[in-house]
Amino acid sequence: MDNEYLLEMKNITKSYYGNTVLKNVDLSIKPGEIHCLMGENGAGKSTLMNVLFGMNVIHSTGGFEGEIFFDGEKRNISSSFDAMNLGIGMVHQEFMLIPDYSITENIKLNRELTKDNFVSRLFGPRLKTVEYAKMGRDARKALDKVDMNIDEWIRVAGLPVGYMQFIEIAREIDKTGIKFLVFDEPTAVLTESEADNLLRIMRKLADSGIAILFITHRLDEVIKISDNITVLRDGELVAKKKTSETTSREIAELMIGRKIEISGKEKKEIDRTKEPILELKNFKVKMPGEEVKGIDLKLYEGEILGIGGLAGLGKLGISNGIMGLYPTAGEFILRGEHITKPITKEMLEKGIAFVSEDRKEVGLVTDASIELNTVFTAMNINGEYLKDYKFFTLRDKKRIQERSEKMIKDLDIRCTSSKQQVGSLSGGNQQKVCIARALTQNPDIILVSEPTRGIDIGAKKIVLDLLKALNRDYNMTIIMTSSELNELRSIADRIAIVTEGKIAGILKPEDSDADFGLLMAGKSLDDNGNGGDHYDKIH
Amino acid sequence: MIKFIKDIGFPRFMMALLLVIILITGFILGLPVGMVITDLIQRVGMYGIIVLAMVPSIQSGTGPNFAVTIGIVLGLLAATTAIDLDLVGITAFVFAILMALPLSVIVGILYGKLLNACKGAEMTIATYTGFSIVQLMCIGWIVIPFSSKVMRWPIGRGLKTTFTLDGLFEKVLDNFLYFEILGVGIPTGLLLFFGVVCFLVYSFTQSKIGTAIQLGGMNNKFAVASGVDIDRGRIIANVISTYLGALGIIVYSQSFGFIQLYTAPLMMAFPAVAAVLIGGATASRAKVSHVIIGVILFQGVLTSSMPVLNEIMPFGSIAEIARMVVQNGIILYALTKVDGGQ
Repeated sequence: MDNEYLLEMKNITKSYYGNTVLKNVDLSIKPGEIHCLMGENGAGKSTLMNVLFGMNVIHSTGGFEGEIFFDGEKRNISSSFDAMNLGIGMVHQEFMLIPDYSITENIKLNRELTKDNFVSRLFGPRLKTVEYAKMGRDARKALDKVDMNIDEWIRVAGLPVGYMQFIEIAREIDKTGIKFLVFDEPTAVLTESEADNLLRIMRKLADSGIAILFITHRLDEVIKISDNITVLRDGELVAKKKTSETTSREIAELMIGRKIEISGKEKKEIDRTKEPILELKNFKVKMPGEEVKGIDLKLYEGEILGIGGLAGLGKLGISNGIMGLYPTAGEFILRGEHITKPITKEMLEKGIAFVSEDRKEVGLVTDASIELNTVFTAMNINGEYLKDYKFFTLRDKKRIQERSEKMIKDLDIRCTSSKQQVGSLSGGNQQKVCIARALTQNPDIILVSEPTRGIDIGAKKIVLDLLKALNRDYNMTIIMTSSELNELRSIADRIAIVTEGKIAGILKPEDSDADFGLLMAGKSLDDNGNGGDHYDKIH
Repeated sequence: MIKFIKDIGFPRFMMALLLVIILITGFILGLPVGMVITDLIQRVGMYGIIVLAMVPSIQSGTGPNFAVTIGIVLGLLAATTAIDLDLVGITAFVFAILMALPLSVIVGILYGKLLNACKGAEMTIATYTGFSIVQLMCIGWIVIPFSSKVMRWPIGRGLKTTFTLDGLFEKVLDNFLYFEILGVGIPTGLLLFFGVVCFLVYSFTQSKIGTAIQLGGMNNKFAVASGVDIDRGRIIANVISTYLGALGIIVYSQSFGFIQLYTAPLMMAFPAVAAVLIGGATASRAKVSHVIIGVILFQGVLTSSMPVLNEIMPFGSIAEIARMVVQNGIILYALTKVDGGQ
């Protein structure tokens, strides 16, 4: 055993119900080192951290294979308490602070300093007196270490996000004997100067001998601060690099790089000299967790526009905003008509259909039948599938059934009958019902978000082929938003990559992996000098 | 057998079994079963429409209408107005149900707006709104200047707590095409009226707006994404529910033969909610069939258990106590089934 490393994870393999999410992954970190863990969404970073922290989700699903060495000894970490006792801490992406408590109380939460009093001697240690003065001094020390000269007794509620992040860090370093700190995308919510500050603090902590594992998507931060880099892709270790010996371009390539089949994508000529069918102008959407911070985008008739990017950076907000499901600012032009405040009903009436990323909550009524789910939007918006009796209307059961059965046949929805409840269908078939609903509405623009999320490979292919066919046969204009870059590249004509609520760039499907990787990691292609053989810069 | 129980739902199976056992026991004890069944059928018709009032509100997502007492109070107001105008017979009945309509629309809209303002706590809000309206109208029955001698206290101000409809519009529906078969009386008019109202409510659930309200109740976000105005749907549903409550009490009163004012409507929502839940509805799903099954089982067990219990324990006021125990027992049981009952 080489004692040089503080933490060594060897041959870690983990599968959930036969689906392997980590395959023989190694990770080794020395004291005082800043080590970056890179990978796309779903590459296995979170699972690896769950293994390290002995989280329940790992143990309740059959544990993992492989060994963990910490401080030179083989360890069996079966809960986060074990991890804490070893001196492993984590700074979370979402803040785990109690807003109504003061900074000190938050830092010392569950580790309050106490002393005996009369009552506690009688009734046990739970009733000991809390030593506020001493706690305050400890909190001060921890805050000083992260260069925060804020009063330690201020309530957390209302503090800027940047401060909260530092309080989280202060809490971790206040723990005695902390040797190893994990930062899970700490800069995602910070402004640039806050992020710079954070990186400086991380360096300071590392210099004091603490090993740091830094999980982030921002490539330039990685290059700036880290000593070593580990890249995961699809649960496998693809590279271990010294930062000084690599470039952001190489890392980006490693993160994305897989063989892409651009299969069956017949080249279609899109007339981009005509007026765009839909044009976004400085369009902003206030969708929690997917905020769009001002984008310009043109959509031409008959094209498939892909919108890609990492989760939580705004790509999903665009479609939701156009449909008027979240508050928007800025405007868009739909077939020459200026729209500043989209109203869902009007957008549907103007021939835009929407397949939501949230299938169960927004896309379907799981308690209702396939029939109702299929025709409802068309019924409500276009007044179709109704029988008119002058003073009132009733559902036209016969036509509803005919339409549903046609959709079931066309989209190959596996079900017992058109009256079956949608909730009892499999994920892939539910997705097809969502699309059936959108198609029944007879739209000419269709916004599809995450159409392949949570469905099996066979169903994925059917859904993608269907979108392709709609575009080819009916000249339907499609915006497809997806986290699966591969899928976007297999069907889209152009792909806009969204980071930080803005468009980082627009690429063609055949552009290099490195270009996609760089844009997704928040680097512009220009900075790098060598990026982007073909890309349309947007205005 | 097990599959059968699963299909109709365990609560329904239990209640049906109980009803059969009670009727058989009654037959063995030598009770006049024909009379018991006559009573049962009449009460189904009497209570049915008030139970039906639960359907629109549940479908719209505002839960069982515990505030159906609002509609009941409006129905009583319409009925007393009809009497005060010296109307009798079918004219009085028709006048009352027509007058209840505009009242229900106005009050129902206000009530719907109240519910929209406090989403998530509809059931609690409804219960207390219902209570408040009843108490408010306790003042109303005293201060509204009615002049009819039938309704007023002989001395002092205000209306009597209970007065008979004898000679006014007592049993105008019940006696329409009334006939007897095998010792069982069939109030044809009452059942027909209930049937027609059921059909109208069913048709509404099949209409465009009814469908939108239903899907909105099942999945709010879905309906919004399909361009449905959820709040408007909830208001319409509660207007209908309120009107059904008003209609319900007018039908109930003509069949009962008396009008009961003041605190009489206070607890009337609970048996209605219980009946629809026993019938298979949940706090978020209800169909007209649930109402019919529920009202038969609930009123069936209630009406038939009384004479049987009296026969088994013939002392003092046990019947009244037993009635309270059985009724509240069923309500309690039904409320435990509010989220599924399978």
